[in-house]
Amino acid sequence: MKILVQGKTQGIILKSQHPINFLGTVDKKTGIISDKNHELFDKSIKDKILVFPNGVGSSVGAYTIYSIKSNNAAPLAMVCHKADLTVATGCALANIPLVIIDDEEFSSLQTGQKISLDTESFNPIAFL
Amino acid sequence: MELTREEESALKGEQGEIMQMAYRILLATGEATDADKLIPIEWAHLSGVNYNTIGDAGEEFLSGISKNARVKVKTTLNPMGFDIDNVSNYGLDDNFISKQLSIRKSYETMGVTPSFSCIPYEIFDMPKEGTQVSFAESNAAIHANSFDNLKTNKESSFSALASAITGKSPYSSLRKEDSPNITIRMKVDNPNELTYGMLGFFAGKVGNNSVNISGVGEMDRRSCKALCGGMGTSGTCAKFLFGDGDPGCEKVDFDKKEMNEIHDELNTAEKGDLITLGSPQLGLEEISDLTGKLKGRSFKKRCMIFCPRTVKEQARKIGYTNELERAGCEILADCCTCLTPLISKDNIDSVTTNSIKGAYYLKNSNGVDVNLKSLSQIIKDETR
Repeated sequence: MKILVQGKTQGIILKSQHPINFLGTVDKKTGIISDKNHELFDKSIKDKILVFPNGVGSSVGAYTIYSIKSNNAAPLAMVCHKADLTVATGCALANIPLVIIDDEEFSSLQTGQKISLDTESFNPIAFL
Repeated sequence: MELTREEESALKGEQGEIMQMAYRILLATGEATDADKLIPIEWAHLSGVNYNTIGDAGEEFLSGISKNARVKVKTTLNPMGFDIDNVSNYGLDDNFISKQLSIRKSYETMGVTPSFSCIPYEIFDMPKEGTQVSFAESNAAIHANSFDNLKTNKESSFSALASAITGKSPYSSLRKEDSPNITIRMKVDNPNELTYGMLGFFAGKVGNNSVNISGVGEMDRRSCKALCGGMGTSGTCAKFLFGDGDPGCEKVDFDKKEMNEIHDELNTAEKGDLITLGSPQLGLEEISDLTGKLKGRSFKKRCMIFCPRTVKEQARKIGYTNELERAGCEILADCCTCLTPLISKDNIDSVTTNSIKGAYYLKNSNGVDVNLKSLSQIIKDETR
């Protein structure tokens, strides 16, 4: 596991098997996914532990992450399979904990599970 | 990542809040790219300018940091939301205009050149081969790495901003000699710029940091830009190399089947209410070519053309602007099809464009349907 932004939180997982382009597909006021082709269409990422492979597309997606945090519509934490700069820097500026996990850990996380995330802990992800 | 004593001190906040923020961003960037140190960069190109994309939170953030932040290296800027010369024709509300002008002012206060262009590689002199730069704006980063012999990450708005303020960026694999582990074999015959846009969109989905592309012949500038724009939209990939690559590379074909899947994903209308050209913005060469193609012809519906201001001014001097306006074109500087606030689903149902990047954002962000056509098909179908 790689820790990109430190922090501690707990909450319910919302998982996407597909990457997310934050710009244009995540509403910056509500945190709701607007891309009809995306598996999380119409779902809100607000106050969830958002698990997804990685961010893609526009560099401005970092501002979207900062905006949803400012508008109290951000996930509690993000967990990715692959690091990308849009998500890494958006979370760094917005202070949203972000960790990168391997294949096996990524497969073990499912929507609806309650977990705690503590980047200071020996086992940062624990099922509750 | 190893930091020098001075960099550590900045990270601790001993050089002020702005520097601390910038180094926190660089640290996350370095960890994300497995870099071991920071190196100097000579040019930063920033995204995050259009009020339509960064919103109130972005406007307030920039206004706040502009009080103290100053850029250390040459820094240029992506498009904003409108062309001040003709904004009154497009019904934008006063709040949008004043917030956009505030964003402009914040960047200028920080010492940024207000170029409002997503094609810096076409309107500025290129530094010498191998120069390290930090380009946000995905198409520009890919173009810089693939065609201009420069080196950059596919920066985010914030990593490029942090590079502009510090003059540094993490020494990631893309800044060294990166070798792709995947080769895309182009199998589609007679490609035009739309085909290349779809090839790029496909490459972004299958590639990681970089890809080889084999089976493509000579490409004109329009096609190169379409390839970069498409790739930047769908993935994290920041560079392509032409050729077969190492024999051990994984091979993936881009044939009619793969192309049709992307076409079906992005093409949602049989026709458009209006036409947009320019995502990435058109350069002078494309404006000149378009003027030639439109000789003696006129558009049957509205056609919006997006280009940098320097290109608009050159086009006016040469006389292209008159010709294009005669043919029914609206020419807009400083802004772009991509994320434009000038096209709204309140009064437009669908847009015809030759841009894969434009199509993706028109569909997802503007909420309008998209009709994809190559430029030659647009001229054939939409002019008389």
